[in-house]
Amino acid sequence: MNTLFEYILKPVMTFVAKPHILLPASSVALILTLKYYRTVTKPKIAAAIGLVLAGLLVVSCFDPNFKKNILKPDNVPIVLLLFGLLFFLWLSLRRAAINDEAAERGEPPLEARMKRETVLVWPDLVMIELICLVLVSAVLVFWAIFIRAPLEEPASAALTPNPSKAPWYFLGLQEMLVYFDPWYAGVLLPTLIIVGLMAIPYVDTNPKGSGYYTLSERRFAITVYLFGFIIFWVVLITIGTFLRGANWNFFGPYDKWDPHFQQPLKNINISEIFWVKMLKQGMPKEWYVREAPGLLMAGAFMLLGPLILAKTVLKDLFKKLDIVRFSVVAVLMLFMISMPIKMLGRWLINLKYVIYIPEYFINI
Amino acid sequence: MSEETKPSGKPRAKEPEAAEPKPHVTDSRLGLRTGVPAVKKGTKEQMAIDPMAEGEKPFEAPDLASRREAMWMAAGWGLFGFATLTETAMLVSYLFPRAPFDPAQVFRIGPPEEYLPASVSEAFKKSNQVWICNQEYNGRQILYALSTVCTHLGCTPNWLEADQKFKCPCHGSGFYPNGINFEGPAPRPLERFKIFVGDDGSVVVDKTKKYQQEKGEWDDPDSYIAV
Repeated sequence: MNTLFEYILKPVMTFVAKPHILLPASSVALILTLKYYRTVTKPKIAAAIGLVLAGLLVVSCFDPNFKKNILKPDNVPIVLLLFGLLFFLWLSLRRAAINDEAAERGEPPLEARMKRETVLVWPDLVMIELICLVLVSAVLVFWAIFIRAPLEEPASAALTPNPSKAPWYFLGLQEMLVYFDPWYAGVLLPTLIIVGLMAIPYVDTNPKGSGYYTLSERRFAITVYLFGFIIFWVVLITIGTFLRGANWNFFGPYDKWDPHFQQPLKNINISEIFWVKMLKQGMPKEWYVREAPGLLMAGAFMLLGPLILAKTVLKDLFKKLDIVRFSVVAVLMLFMISMPIKMLGRWLINLKYVIYIPEYFINI
Repeated sequence: MSEETKPSGKPRAKEPEAAEPKPHVTDSRLGLRTGVPAVKKGTKEQMAIDPMAEGEKPFEAPDLASRREAMWMAAGWGLFGFATLTETAMLVSYLFPRAPFDPAQVFRIGPPEEYLPASVSEAFKKSNQVWICNQEYNGRQILYALSTVCTHLGCTPNWLEADQKFKCPCHGSGFYPNGINFEGPAPRPLERFKIFVGDDGSVVVDKTKKYQQEKGEWDDPDSYIAV
């Protein structure tokens, strides 16, 4: 048992937890889940998946470093959040599967067939609320007693905690900031996320799926949303919580966060790769010559990207939407795609900036 | 303003001659219809229009109810205004603290010999947010004051003596002892401050003037001391 844990489970989990594996692997898992959602969400299969994941968590707690990380007062809610997210993802996909199968048979969705129950506010609803209030208070009281608040010594300008972590709900943002200039990841991208969410009612002209769960009738919208929420927010929070250790280095789930752990991370700009490594010459003096490769790459990405999307992934959407709406969707999607590209670039070839113009504070 | 405080022309007390034909009554509604300005009975204006009214009803007591209301209004608005003014005054005074909390911008750090070659001193990190470094840069041994503010998002990096680098615990930016960024997202090197030898032979750091490498300011002789 112990050898199985040491020689099979640990190396496999450590491998999967490497960021350049974890992000693509979770993306593939999400795509497969959405493709085979009718099979995956069958109660027995879903329960088996949940049990395997919970089992991995419990078995991994035999490792002292993993246990310490999981049971940190800060991190306990993240574990609950992950399992809660899986549960609600299952619940919605399960009901979508039931509804979609019913729609194929020409039947109304589950929600339309449900008995429309009405209850009195007093005493029915108020009693339910009272019971909830008592239960939640009891849980919070016991939580506060058994899991101590992670307070630290008074702040000091000379001493930054190592690692310095944002509140859990901002760890995705902090992880984004690792790969980009603060102006880009701290201001532009969050603004685009908010603007993109606000744009949904204007660009999503699909009237279906109102008041009932469905996947087949809104496959594109749900896939894009779940990618943004699960992969680029929850997975990044998980990475930030469990895999980022001392000096903001990556650590495996069973590693000790050694502050003297050396990781060679000397990073390199696209301009250096092009001029110095490929052409074996010095860097040009003028920034527009120096950054021409990066500018061309970014320009091609943003200009040719919508055309390629219109021919491939967004083919149906291109037919349905007018040119303005389609451009908005395509540009927002390209910004979304640019994030994992840059992250993989950093992880695989230590890429620093595609465009690096410190003269004008433009670094992307 | 409630309905009663308006000069409605309807007297509160029931007039004895109300039932009779009213030759002198100036009803506001009538006034509006006939173009006669609406005036209150018993007031100076009414008497000016209709001097005969004086004889009938020489003086009508002022409307006590509306005066009481006005008092309440005045008290309420007065209290509100007082509270707002006090709040504003406190807010403004908050912007001018009575004690200076910032450390001195210009300070002495002792003779240059105190800082050994190939060293990074953290003696002034806590008090003044600078590292005093004696390092080789472009083939010369120089002494310079580096800012402890990370150029990515402003955290304070840690000096890792064993690894000979500054490493930021917030997003993993790394800097060489000379301040050049080489790891993580920091877009530019750490900033240097003005440094010179004072009259008494002691080194003075002036944080009001900073020197940025990416602007080519590190060649400025004020940004380092040759040792």
